[in-house]
Amino acid sequence: MTTEWMGVIVTYGITVLLAIPLGKFLANVFKDEPNAFDFMKPLERLIYRLGGIDPSREMNWKENLVALLTINALWLIYAFVLLLTQGSLPLNPDGNPSQTPDLAFNTAISFLINCNLQHYSGESGVTYLTQLGVLMFLQFVSAATGIAAAVLLFRSFMPKPVETVGNFYVLFVKSITRVLLPFSLVIAMILAFNGTPASFDGKDTLVTMQGDTVGVSRGPAAGFIAIKHLGTNGGGWFGANSAHPLENPNYLTNMVEMIAQVVIPIAMIFALGFFINRKRFAWVIYAVMTVGLLMLLVPTILTELGGNPAIAHLGIGQPTGAMEGKEVRFGPLASAYWSIVTTVISTGSVNSMHDSSMAMSGTMELLGMMVNAFYGGVGAGLLNFYYFLIIAVFISGLMVGRTPELFGRKVEAREIKIASIVALLSAFLVKGGTALAAWFFIHYGDASWAVKPSAWLNNPGFHGFTEMLYEMTSSNANNGSGFEGLGDNNFFWNYATGIVLIMGRYIPIIGPVAIAGLLARKKYVPESAGTLPVDTPTFGLMIFAVIFIITALSFFPALTLGPLAEYFSLK
Amino acid sequence: MKSHIGPAIRLTVVMLVLLAVIYPLVVAGIAKLAPGGGKGETVTVNGKVVGYKLIGQKFTEDRYFNSRPSAVEYNAAGSAGSNKGPSNPDYLKSVQARIDTFLVHNPGVQKDAIPAELVTASGSGLDPDLSPAGAKIQIARIARVRSLSAERLNQLVDDHTEGPLLGLFGPAKVNVLALNVALDQLK
Repeated sequence: MTTEWMGVIVTYGITVLLAIPLGKFLANVFKDEPNAFDFMKPLERLIYRLGGIDPSREMNWKENLVALLTINALWLIYAFVLLLTQGSLPLNPDGNPSQTPDLAFNTAISFLINCNLQHYSGESGVTYLTQLGVLMFLQFVSAATGIAAAVLLFRSFMPKPVETVGNFYVLFVKSITRVLLPFSLVIAMILAFNGTPASFDGKDTLVTMQGDTVGVSRGPAAGFIAIKHLGTNGGGWFGANSAHPLENPNYLTNMVEMIAQVVIPIAMIFALGFFINRKRFAWVIYAVMTVGLLMLLVPTILTELGGNPAIAHLGIGQPTGAMEGKEVRFGPLASAYWSIVTTVISTGSVNSMHDSSMAMSGTMELLGMMVNAFYGGVGAGLLNFYYFLIIAVFISGLMVGRTPELFGRKVEAREIKIASIVALLSAFLVKGGTALAAWFFIHYGDASWAVKPSAWLNNPGFHGFTEMLYEMTSSNANNGSGFEGLGDNNFFWNYATGIVLIMGRYIPIIGPVAIAGLLARKKYVPESAGTLPVDTPTFGLMIFAVIFIITALSFFPALTLGPLAEYFSLK
Repeated sequence: MKSHIGPAIRLTVVMLVLLAVIYPLVVAGIAKLAPGGGKGETVTVNGKVVGYKLIGQKFTEDRYFNSRPSAVEYNAAGSAGSNKGPSNPDYLKSVQARIDTFLVHNPGVQKDAIPAELVTASGSGLDPDLSPAGAKIQIARIARVRSLSAERLNQLVDDHTEGPLLGLFGPAKVNVLALNVALDQLK
């Protein structure tokens, strides 16, 4: 057991030790200061030339948003068309069929927005062409979109009043050439040399020692799995995601994948500090987020190590902890750690099946996604944190009777309205969506969809409700993990979650970037004795309280009906 | 909006070439140097491929070390866990049935000595490993069926136990396929 604790503690330690210099590096990259990857400049110039982009052109926040949304819309159409026709396109050695329109809609959106909810299984639902040309491509560009949006936000914190906040295309290209592509290559190599397949060979068939004939799905998976984690995308090459022994062969690759998915989100926090030259502020954000992480992580680990009380009643030993849905080579402790980091940030990859997690762990996984701002996904976490920050600044301003201001700019009605709408929207989408699903389940159990509503749930009672709640929460948080027992490949879930996915992604990007753009235009008032300092532990506590209260008020009733009820009934 | 459509299309094409063509080909090229050449490492007995090193197999016969229950019967054309929740009554009944079966095949074993992994399904349905305890509790049965001494089998399990990474991180485990291949070669 000691070695399992060590594994997790060291994994987190390495993550933070890498994130600090990486944050400095990211700040240099986006400030255009000399950095280790300047040798990429010729490649970048080539990309700008071929892409018809003028890298020196500064744009205001509206232009940047239009650029971001236009290219995203193009990717959506491209992905949708390819997924619909993949069955008759090349690079399909296993002869997999084209996706149905509802599934293609869901898959295209979910990869476009960095969520990677998968209502198909990688072995049978996509081809090598769409795995690489659609899904992996989107894993890169959606992560780069998130990073670019976060950097646009950073610029608004700068002291000078500025109309222009940078160039989306440049930030986007640099995110890929200097961060995502080179680092993915390194991770892909580590995976390939530990046993993850990387060749284009199709499915193999063999006869086992006991005489069963079985298939073995393969394919160029190593590069895909690298960006899946580095970009906090989370969509697996194989159906079982990183629980699959080819997708995550051993404890070393497990550590590498756990580090890869957390390192950029943490580095972005430090990058903010270096970028606007407020390192103390970055540490306050980091501390708030880390306390949040630990509050979710510790109960989960302890619950999983304790095993399933219902199985304990059957009289067998659970020396390693709860094992349903978990792999021996990782053990319950590393699986518990993974299940929380993957939901706290927006990766959504899994190395154990969350549907079989203990009830308390399920609660914590859900909370991680409901808050969605403790580290958060690549870029998106800071964007979410930003509106909590705005609300905290506003409330503290009212409490001390001063005009609320953030970095020398007044926070006024318009900004606080946008922040509140974004904050309330997620509760509306999650609970509204779950309520709608429950309504169909009860009243239209026989609807003639690919999976009848009455057959949606893989588990009865409170746990079944949690399966639906989890799916909507995961969609809204752009997370992509699931209680996978849910029969989700059908008309209702494909479209309903598709819509929640779009709203859950673009509104939290548009909102903070718009606020930042509005703030950046305001007159800069130098900080004085009357300014509320935001880089103190007191203010950190204030942000934490805001996050806690908003989340608790929004989601506690839903949690009570699902995982909490299961927890108290399981004795 | 309009002025952004041209760059959007052109940038997308450039990025597709870089990310979806060049990158995976480079990875596949370098992976040719890896064990198994990037195709997955296989296990061969007498010149015949009997499995993949990392993929678990169904072992239910008494003469082999049994592997864990699997939601996909260890057919790696797919992969999945059971996704059964901890309080599901049907699920608990099937766990009870697995315990009963295990006790029938392994008389003399105390119920509370059965480690949970032997009666629960893994996340992938392809888990290649058991904990050392999960293998050792089956030794008495195999010794009886194969007329081998328990000491030799104990030694065999110890020889095939992989300790934590660098001796420091993670759990110890035994690869069931490698263990059973070696078991067949014991004389």
